[in-house]
Amino acid sequence: MKHHPYKTDLPVMLPFKPVETESFGSTIKLWYVVPILALILGTSAIAQSGSDIRLGALQTLMRWMPLLLQGFIFNVLISVMAMAIGTGLGAALGIGQLSLNRFVRSSSWLLTQFFRNAPWLVLLFFAMFLLPFEVNVFGIIIPLPDWVKATIGLALPVMANVSEIIRGAVLSLPSGQWEAAESLAYSRRQTLWLIILPQCLKRMLPPWMNLYAILTMATVLASIVGVSEVMTLTGEALAAEGGRPDLLAPFYAFVLLIFFVYCYPIARLTVRLERKFSVIN
Amino acid sequence: MEAFYEWFRILYEDTGINLPFMYDEYDRGRILNGLWATIKLSAICVLFSVIIGMVGAWLQGSPWKTTRRIVNVYIQLFRNTPPLVQLYFFYFAVGILIPRVENDWGGTSPLIDSFGWAVISLSFFAGAFNVEIFRSGIEAVPKSTIEAAKALGFSRLQIYKDITLPLALRVVIPSLNNNLVNLVKTTTLAYAIAVPELLYESNQIWSDNVNVTEMMLFLLVAYFVLVGILVWAMNFWDRSLKIPGFGQ
Repeated sequence: MKHHPYKTDLPVMLPFKPVETESFGSTIKLWYVVPILALILGTSAIAQSGSDIRLGALQTLMRWMPLLLQGFIFNVLISVMAMAIGTGLGAALGIGQLSLNRFVRSSSWLLTQFFRNAPWLVLLFFAMFLLPFEVNVFGIIIPLPDWVKATIGLALPVMANVSEIIRGAVLSLPSGQWEAAESLAYSRRQTLWLIILPQCLKRMLPPWMNLYAILTMATVLASIVGVSEVMTLTGEALAAEGGRPDLLAPFYAFVLLIFFVYCYPIARLTVRLERKFSVIN
Repeated sequence: MEAFYEWFRILYEDTGINLPFMYDEYDRGRILNGLWATIKLSAICVLFSVIIGMVGAWLQGSPWKTTRRIVNVYIQLFRNTPPLVQLYFFYFAVGILIPRVENDWGGTSPLIDSFGWAVISLSFFAGAFNVEIFRSGIEAVPKSTIEAAKALGFSRLQIYKDITLPLALRVVIPSLNNNLVNLVKTTTLAYAIAVPELLYESNQIWSDNVNVTEMMLFLLVAYFVLVGILVWAMNFWDRSLKIPGFGQ
């Protein structure tokens, strides 16, 4: 919004902050899980009252819980690896978008836009079907199992988003920084590495963490393409119990619960960092 | 038209680029159905999620603490859990509680089909983000404006409907735009519960014709175009809402 030259005590609109900071307290409110817990307990209790010799829904869930948690650890592993690959490639692409070379700049921009605007699931299919099942590097055959391909598939949109985060952060710095560096006889490379990017790191951290949370939630997509992570295991556990309809609600609610407990603190931390790092211009 | 379609058969025979949905009538029907389903799903979800956003933001300004709390819990739960699991939860866990009705063929089918559950689940998912977006816009409306409206005898609903929301709407469109683009991309999740949308139909075609590469590239282009149309429509809306002298 443009700054008006005159001052008034009664503006039509206050300055708009598009950053989504939350107005309610910044402490982690884990009581938010109460509705999910109530759902698990409630639905299993209803199932319990009508059950016969079979184990109650809650006991069944307890029995499968270690396996499901193992599956979730696999999800976390996929997310960490995809984040690492995506951040590495995205950083290169993001710096490419700032390049003075027109060809490098426009091709990085095109790649970024292409992968940013494609649905995650389509990119996942893209990687699953189009990557070979093994690669031959100088005579050494490296097998590419499904989960590695899924990791690469998830890393592609992460790459594009990281690239945009870097570009956004660099553009958000006041141009005085560039000019000051130039007047101090820094070369362009020095300016970028010693002055601009270190300042950007702080600005990039909150959106980067937000992206990580989104990625973690996207890892369940891998179940659609057959990687045996938590969602696949849940489906298999339900099938192994003979498809009892009373188990559906507690099991799916449990998966929601795991993800909430993992992602919610990240979201809170992001909000807190955003507030801490926000610069009042 | 027939010659145009035939050209793609020749293209396939000459270059191996196989786009069966262009020259094969059956596949063309499938892809058109899929495209229509995706457009319908996107449009309905966009509409409902914006409505949820507006209503949620109003409830968040409620004088009752409990109402505000419920809205906050809703936002946090839907923002911090995977949309796919939400979809499964609605479709499988809530779906079995819904009564079945007799269908046209004499059998029974659920009252809400997979398309309906996809609409419900995705609207609530995107709606949670929209509530926050509208809230951030509403916060930009000065207190003095609302006080002035109160002094003129407007009720709380009237203030929201006639004063706060129209002002907020004009500043939140860029953020809303981002979220709705994400929503259109998220409609691909409906694939998981067998809603015959674009990804699902494309999957059918590449299973029959083994032309994964071509279908993938077609999908990426198709979603690119769909997102482009949405962004264009939102920009058009943004421009038509413009008040001279307000904002940029």
